[in-house]
Amino acid sequence: MATALLDQPAPHDAGRSATDAVVVRFAGDSGDGMQLTGGQFTLSTALAGNDLATFPDFPAEIRAPQGTLFGVSAFQINFGSTEIDTAGDAPDVLVAMNPAALKTNVDALKPGGLIIVDTGEFTKRNLEKAKYAVSPIDDGSLEKWQVLAFDISALTLEAVKPFGLGNKEALRCKNMWTLGLALWMFDRDRKPLTDWLNGKFAKNPVLAQANIAALNAGHAYGETAELSGPLKQHHVAAVDSAPGLYRTVTGAEAISLGLVAGAQLAGLPMFFGGYPITPASAILHNLVRYKEFGITTFQAEDEIAAICSAIGASYAGQLGVTSSSGPGIALKGEAMGLAIMTELPLVIINSQRGGPSTGLPTKTEQSDLYQAIYGRNGDAPLPVIAARSPSDAFECAIEACRIATQYMTPVMLLTDGYIANAAEPWKVPDPASFAPFPVTYLTTRNGEDGELLPFKRDEKGARPWIKPGTPDMMHRIGGIEKAIDTGHIDYSPGVHQTQTDARKAKVDGVASGIPAQEVTLGTTSGKLAIVGWGSTYGPIHQAVRRARRRGLDVSQIHVRHVWPLPANLGDLLRGYDKILVPEMNTGQFKTVLRDQYLVDAHPLTKTSGQPFTIAEIHAAICEALGAPIEGEFGGEVDADTTQLPSIKAVNP
Amino acid sequence: MNDMTPIAKFPTTLKDWETDQEVRWCPGCGDYAILKAVQRTMPEIGADPAKTVFVSGIGCSSRFPYYMESYGFHTIHGRAPAFATGIKLANPELDVWIVTGDGDGMSIGGNHTMHLLRRNLDCQIMLFNNEIYGLTKGQYSPTSRVGTTSPTSPGGSVDRPALPCAFALGSGARFVARGFDVSKELPSVLKAAHAHKGAAFIEIFQNCIVYNKDVFNDFAAPKGAEDRQLWLQNGEPMVFAKGTKGIALDAEKLTLTVVDVTDGDWQAAGVIVHDVTNRSVAHMLVELPFGPFPMALGVIYDDPRPTFEAAVMEQNRVGSVGKKPDLAALLSKGQTWTVDGEHHAG
Repeated sequence: MATALLDQPAPHDAGRSATDAVVVRFAGDSGDGMQLTGGQFTLSTALAGNDLATFPDFPAEIRAPQGTLFGVSAFQINFGSTEIDTAGDAPDVLVAMNPAALKTNVDALKPGGLIIVDTGEFTKRNLEKAKYAVSPIDDGSLEKWQVLAFDISALTLEAVKPFGLGNKEALRCKNMWTLGLALWMFDRDRKPLTDWLNGKFAKNPVLAQANIAALNAGHAYGETAELSGPLKQHHVAAVDSAPGLYRTVTGAEAISLGLVAGAQLAGLPMFFGGYPITPASAILHNLVRYKEFGITTFQAEDEIAAICSAIGASYAGQLGVTSSSGPGIALKGEAMGLAIMTELPLVIINSQRGGPSTGLPTKTEQSDLYQAIYGRNGDAPLPVIAARSPSDAFECAIEACRIATQYMTPVMLLTDGYIANAAEPWKVPDPASFAPFPVTYLTTRNGEDGELLPFKRDEKGARPWIKPGTPDMMHRIGGIEKAIDTGHIDYSPGVHQTQTDARKAKVDGVASGIPAQEVTLGTTSGKLAIVGWGSTYGPIHQAVRRARRRGLDVSQIHVRHVWPLPANLGDLLRGYDKILVPEMNTGQFKTVLRDQYLVDAHPLTKTSGQPFTIAEIHAAICEALGAPIEGEFGGEVDADTTQLPSIKAVNP
Repeated sequence: MNDMTPIAKFPTTLKDWETDQEVRWCPGCGDYAILKAVQRTMPEIGADPAKTVFVSGIGCSSRFPYYMESYGFHTIHGRAPAFATGIKLANPELDVWIVTGDGDGMSIGGNHTMHLLRRNLDCQIMLFNNEIYGLTKGQYSPTSRVGTTSPTSPGGSVDRPALPCAFALGSGARFVARGFDVSKELPSVLKAAHAHKGAAFIEIFQNCIVYNKDVFNDFAAPKGAEDRQLWLQNGEPMVFAKGTKGIALDAEKLTLTVVDVTDGDWQAAGVIVHDVTNRSVAHMLVELPFGPFPMALGVIYDDPRPTFEAAVMEQNRVGSVGKKPDLAALLSKGQTWTVDGEHHAG
């Protein structure tokens, strides 16, 4: 997409008006407050009525050594007056707070894009840390971009001088100075920011005033500097949205809220057992504050205790929920098997990150699909749902609660590091628009002659939920194979065959209780289907939209229920000549589709810890259809060196 | 126990606590005696089967819930304390008993045992210690004595054994007791554990007649038991061997010592009086080497503190005071804007 920030028209105008959408990336030291700056810029963008998507990209180290390449923290936002589904392939503007931030991010910038750098940080020492022999500002290496280099550090110190802060504290206001400049560049109201600063520093008004002064100084600098040089003010119009109340939401927030809603719709108190792990912890942080909704949170001693306590709570009649990321999910595997065997409701959330092992704790990946669907000992099926965006995670969390309680089964909800941290505008839903699914407990004996049958299945194959504490309903459950209906220990051959089949049939049967798979964009048959799941939704959607606008016969099918799959999916897929499955792993969903439907699904894979770019998927569409990639559409954005090129997996 | 205030006793008999399930322990296993002791205790404490939950892990001992006519959850190896925590937090009204063994509770589940005790969840945790892995056919366990020969230690085990009661005290337990399978005193120990509000840890020596037969006979055999068993009673002098011996404090070495008691004058011999709230003495009692000393049995330590679930419930209550569970309000919390045909920030 074209940049709004150039004096001259963009070299590859994609046909949009110049102010349709803008991508800005803030990058600095992990201690520079870039995530905070980005978060506040996001809020101001949302309040201005733009559609947006963000991509926080930060190192695993909390405070990596200052000035180092590996310590750079970045926040990218794509906002515009049209539908925005991704954080943008390549930034139009890069704000680099030090040489390391410049070095690690500049190659992502579009040709002709604008670089704003703080020369105050371009010291000999910092240049050395960033492995620059000569300052890039002086050696002409940045000539394909426009560079705005000035001493933000000095300007900040000057702005906050009246408040008598120490040098270190004063320099901490740099991010607010930068934010002030960004607010000016995009014609934004400063009031929400000053309100926020006053609230944040309520106990230290001097700091609030200093930060506001820095913000105002950055804003004033923009006004003054506009007269000369590349800095221009731009107005990005509000997007056309459905009327209603909006807010921004991250995936972690949406899941937390969805769980609260799900528990309410089920009419249950919720128990959340968790153990700190990146990037899943935010859900526990949120839920601990919602006590009035009947939520008990428990920070367990480990991942295993977290899920076991949640199963214990489900056994006792609450909605048990646990959450983790890949390594923690691996530890929970045995307990999931017990929940499957004892047929208790449970919601398990996996905020996926790069693996295996510790892998990439703060980066995103979709490589836990096999783990979710298959990753337990024995024949241990459980339903798996995948959220496609932060706001979609709300509905998915409700759906997970519904299936868990209606079918008496653990359900896994997959999100990933990208969805968990990214923010987007969200039309606040009306809780009344969701159909309640109240649970009932069995309180009287259900067999003939007053016999109690804890494992007597209903038409869905679900067993009754009996709470301990119910008089005259005492019974024992456990992980050992059990007799039909009575649940007594029984591992005779016929019983295990029957129960294995029954557990499988129950989970397979979930497919008849979920919506049929729809074509997300395009037609119900044709030359090419792009089949995705999870957070690849945004880039796939944009790429398919771009290709269809160009006249290519390509459709998007995005699957929420990845296990069991929607009942019509096989027939739907057979209506296309080709099937391409982009995913951030080595081709896991592709294999599932091949296995289930014997269709010739092809993989498009990426495991760099970065989301797909639109261009990457668009290029794959063109290749699959034999259409030229270069041209009016799609060729304007090349995959850059900070986003490693996709590896096209060789089909096994 | 569920409450500080006495609750109405639910009338049951021992028979009411027996299930119709065939008991599958080896004939002669110590677990039978423990099962009977527990079934005998339940009517005496007035327990309601519908409000009682037995939670276990994996191992011979962990089959226990199937034989108790109450609610029961046979879970996975070592994790019973974690399940119990969820059960109790979800419904503090339930009376939760954990059944575990030396492998389940001290090895694979040692972590959970520690955290349950330090949090002080109100429950009873019965650790059946037979110093061997029974269900997996006789490998040495974390409580096996050095030199135990087994399929995995044909040359004798070389690792030093864990002391469950010392582990429990070290983990912050506020109730620690010991008994053994065939002891007539076991129900009274269980009753004391149940009366304690908080996590009550009971180590029960249990004879595995197949893989570790009679390993506790040195002190558990009836013959000469008086000389080898020190039954602790709160407020009573620590005497044994029919009152002819006692435990005194060696003030110089700051250790316990065995002294002779003449003509029942334990005071003259310097025998100390058992105070179940004395944590320092409790540490010494659980560490007493058997041989030079008798085996300390009964309630070793009992000094309640506020429980975990009570603190959690209180935080839940305080956090909810004056707040309505208004989902619509929660969803629209924070900075919002309205789109009504024209765009503006709100």
